Amino acid sequence: MNGGTSFGRIFSVLGLVMLALLVLPVLGLALRAPWTSLAHDIVEPSVLRALGLSLAVSSGAAAFACLFGFPLAWILARGRFRGRHLLRAFVLLPMVFPPVVGGVALFTVFGRRGILGPVLEGLGIDLAFTPAGAVLAAAFIASPFFILSAEAGLASADRRLEGAASTLGASEGMIFRKVTLPALWPSLSAGLALTWARALGEFGATIMFAGNLPGRTQTVPLAVYEMFQEGDDGGAILLSLVLLIVSLAVLLGFRRRAFGR
Amino acid sequence: MSLQVDVRLSVGSFRLEAAFEVPAVAAAVLGPNGAGKSTLVALLAGLALPSEGTVRLKGELLDDPSSGLHVPARKRSVGVMFQDHLLFPALSARDNAAFGLRADGTSAREARAKAEELLRRFGLGHCLDRKPRDLSGGESARVALARAIIRKPDLLLLDEPLAALDVESRASARRLIAEVLSDFGGVALLVTHEPVEALSLCDRMLILEEGRVTHEGPPDAIRRRPRSRYAASLAGLNLVKGRVARLGDRCLVEGAWGRLIVADPVSPDGSPVADGAPVLATIHPRGIALSLDRPDGSPRNVLPGVVLSVDLYGDRARLDLGTSPPLTVEIAGETLTSLGLREGMNVWATVKATEIEVYGV
Repeated sequence: MNGGTSFGRIFSVLGLVMLALLVLPVLGLALRAPWTSLAHDIVEPSVLRALGLSLAVSSGAAAFACLFGFPLAWILARGRFRGRHLLRAFVLLPMVFPPVVGGVALFTVFGRRGILGPVLEGLGIDLAFTPAGAVLAAAFIASPFFILSAEAGLASADRRLEGAASTLGASEGMIFRKVTLPALWPSLSAGLALTWARALGEFGATIMFAGNLPGRTQTVPLAVYEMFQEGDDGGAILLSLVLLIVSLAVLLGFRRRAFGR
Repeated sequence: MSLQVDVRLSVGSFRLEAAFEVPAVAAAVLGPNGAGKSTLVALLAGLALPSEGTVRLKGELLDDPSSGLHVPARKRSVGVMFQDHLLFPALSARDNAAFGLRADGTSAREARAKAEELLRRFGLGHCLDRKPRDLSGGESARVALARAIIRKPDLLLLDEPLAALDVESRASARRLIAEVLSDFGGVALLVTHEPVEALSLCDRMLILEEGRVTHEGPPDAIRRRPRSRYAASLAGLNLVKGRVARLGDRCLVEGAWGRLIVADPVSPDGSPVADGAPVLATIHPRGIALSLDRPDGSPRNVLPGVVLSVDLYGDRARLDLGTSPPLTVEIAGETLTSLGLREGMNVWATVKATEIEVYGV
């Protein structure tokens, strides 16, 4: 209906340019994919290894975000202390600075010669260039998505329900389990999906901190990069397509649970 | 079995200073918006802390800040039905009603069975498994009431329980509340701003204005001797505050609003009320006559004023007059028509001295 006005026409044209930029590359991947050899190539051990590692790393990062990110979100949403806003700004930092820089920053702290290097070495923990390092890098970059979403959910939850539960004799644990958590589920699952998808695509911090070791730290994005560098366009496209489909499926699945009905 | 409250509490610029005692009956807490009704509910439920004073239920101290005592909400024998019900969205009607029993450690099976029995008694057998979002307003109110009483609390707080309901479900919910209250053995406080609700459900009334209890007692006492303009308006009366003055053989009540000739008031002990004594005077809206021209005759009060508003109730009409003091007048619909009264017209209001009741503050 707005298309009838000149304003609507201009916006339609500009919007289409944007849409083209977003959709055409995906279409390009689909058109150039080696469909004929797909079934054969996809079960290639190196492809499966990278894919398995990617799924493990992003799931690990998402689990990390849940375990440590939820309490932080709770503090940000409910705490009443000075410097809360500063704290939130720090939480957002990994979302805005380049992941490559994040990788270098992780190195300065958790690398073998980093600030915590000797401590970690004493504990027998080796992070740089290990799968655990890949998880740490992905968690560093992707956790803020979960924390932000959880904090928004906590902030908008009706706390009077918790008061109502306490007048019925409920302990804090019961209130959390039966009242607070169910109300948060949509924001938590949406945050989890975003974090997982972001971790799945993580490249910069991972390659800097965990390296690009096939079978150990070479996740799908890193494998795509390597194949592309070596001129294996078909392989790069194939893996990209797989990554795209997996992340799309997860996002859709979670969103239906989170925002369904 | 009673509730004894004597507390002071500040919330922002609002201050609640409530002192009252209620026996084990259903008492209505009436008051205009912002009088502190919800604050009082939160305080008694244990969700807010008084800054001074004490709260006692059945003789047991629940709050005493001077000795650091505060029994938290979950340890109190108090059931609350909240204004917008606050049912737990993730739980079915049955699990909402069973919540208090589960919290007490009753097994899931037993708690559910008891909740189901209560909900069936409340006419909710058809929606035991529904989530709150699928319940109608009336059903939601019943679940909230069931949830509040299932633990058989010593104190039941009903915070505007009918406010969120439409007219139809309101009547049946009111009947259910009346039934529950008549069986209830403890103290029940029904917070409302509807006098009809208060009168139909409660034996006593407590009037809260600007954070203070201005009345506590049976409704009839409040109707006969209102102590504030709000209490008078609940009873449908005009109320003025003033001091006694005598002029020759006439007795007057004077205030910043002017003066009224009254019948000489007598103290409860039979002695005449002294000059200058502060008094309250009520005038029944039906005790006021209206005319278009200035009337003359025997000693009586004649007040000029403009008609501010006209409301029709069946065959009667209520008019607000811009007299000094302002008066609400009730006349027969026929009189309204024969005088041709409309908003904005000037009229004379006549009040016989004997129609004014005067009593000490």
